[in-house]
Amino acid sequence: MSIREVAASQITETVEKLCMEANYYLPEDTYTALERARAAEASPLCREIIGDILKNADIAREKQMPICQDTGIAVLFVELGQDVHIVGGDFRKAVDEGVARGYRNGYLRKSTQDHVLTERVNRGDNTPAVCHIEIVPGTDIRITICPKGGGSENMSALGMLTPSQGREGVKRFIVETVSRAGGNPCPPIIVGCAAGGTAEQAMLLAKKALCRPVGQPNPDGEVAAFEREVLDEVNRLGIGAQGFGGTQTALAVHMLTHPVHLASLPVAVNLQCHAARHRTAVI
Amino acid sequence: MARYIQLPLTDDVIRTLHAGDRVFLSGTIYTGRDEAHHYLCRMLDRGEPLPIALRGAVIYYVGPCPAKPGTVIGSAGPTTSGRMDAYAVRLMELGLKGMIGKGQRKREVVDAMVKNTAVYFAAIGGAGALLAGAIAEAEVVAFPELGAEAIYRLRVENFPVTVINDCYGRDLYSEGRTQYEQK
Repeated sequence: MSIREVAASQITETVEKLCMEANYYLPEDTYTALERARAAEASPLCREIIGDILKNADIAREKQMPICQDTGIAVLFVELGQDVHIVGGDFRKAVDEGVARGYRNGYLRKSTQDHVLTERVNRGDNTPAVCHIEIVPGTDIRITICPKGGGSENMSALGMLTPSQGREGVKRFIVETVSRAGGNPCPPIIVGCAAGGTAEQAMLLAKKALCRPVGQPNPDGEVAAFEREVLDEVNRLGIGAQGFGGTQTALAVHMLTHPVHLASLPVAVNLQCHAARHRTAVI
Repeated sequence: MARYIQLPLTDDVIRTLHAGDRVFLSGTIYTGRDEAHHYLCRMLDRGEPLPIALRGAVIYYVGPCPAKPGTVIGSAGPTTSGRMDAYAVRLMELGLKGMIGKGQRKREVVDAMVKNTAVYFAAIGGAGALLAGAIAEAEVVAFPELGAEAIYRLRVENFPVTVINDCYGRDLYSEGRTQYEQK
């Protein structure tokens, strides 16, 4: 296979556009899941709240303004074809330049701060992006951006369970994490979770699980059954939209698994607010 | 039950508000989040006059998006209130009557609302575009160097909120959850 050349400037332009579009347009799958939740919700107050959330998405789309003022830290998943040769610049710098332009030209809030341990200074351009790169076969570059707000990210959790705690232990850890978070992560939420791998692998998979279309089950039947069980338990907690009390706490549970060391059972939870923004482009 | 309220909040009005009420606020509110609260309390420590009048005030915990040209404000939904718990009691003692944010407050903040006849409202987290539509005017009145975290004076019209903690110590988060929990 021949090598395909891609200009770094093209990556910058694509990322700039993705930042804006992801923040203005709530994906169709999330919108549909919210409509379903409104229909299923038992609490009249929460039905009204979900109605306002849908109205908000309509306004954001029409006026091309951010769905949520927390336009997030820019999280990107990049699948880089191994037969791509990037020319005219540094790949990582091209991504950050795209983020900086997207957040500036799109009137998005810049939330990324530096000097974490001391005075916390806003960097002013929302860079650097958190960028996960995977090398895949082919000549395409597939970029997915998931802007992630602080409110839901702060409710993440990692548990290093023991193998004897097994399936039930994993379930309990996930449900307890959602229970403790209550209304803070802006329910109705999507529960991203992962079991297996190592500590950092599990955390990454939990976030990656959130990129799946809302409610699409894991292709593995056993994992899909687990997702349904966890969703049922989570929705029995009574948290409801915004934590006001209701039956629709989560729109979906997305689980990924990974082979694991014989001594370990990491379980990771990454919660996603109802503004489940994700957008993909292929170069 | 939906209520339409003209600001500023008086004690008499606050006494008619109950956890779970949907309320539409009109009038003046101030924005302030982590850094603005930090600055205000530092000024109090130094005995300096505050840039805003706290008596009867409502503070909205928000860091809005930049306004596009020709608009009043960018998306402007609430941030997590718990981070302001460290400052809220002190501000209520100085006359703060209302807070708008999202998420649970600490016990001492809820107790201070009872003691000082104050109220905590939630706006819908993640509905920043909808909420921006209820903001008719926005002007930075303090700490412009903080950017999105500066204190703005907002004029709101029918700004939609829900009462979480009323001045009787009730809490919608715990009551709502108990009502819908299935064991």
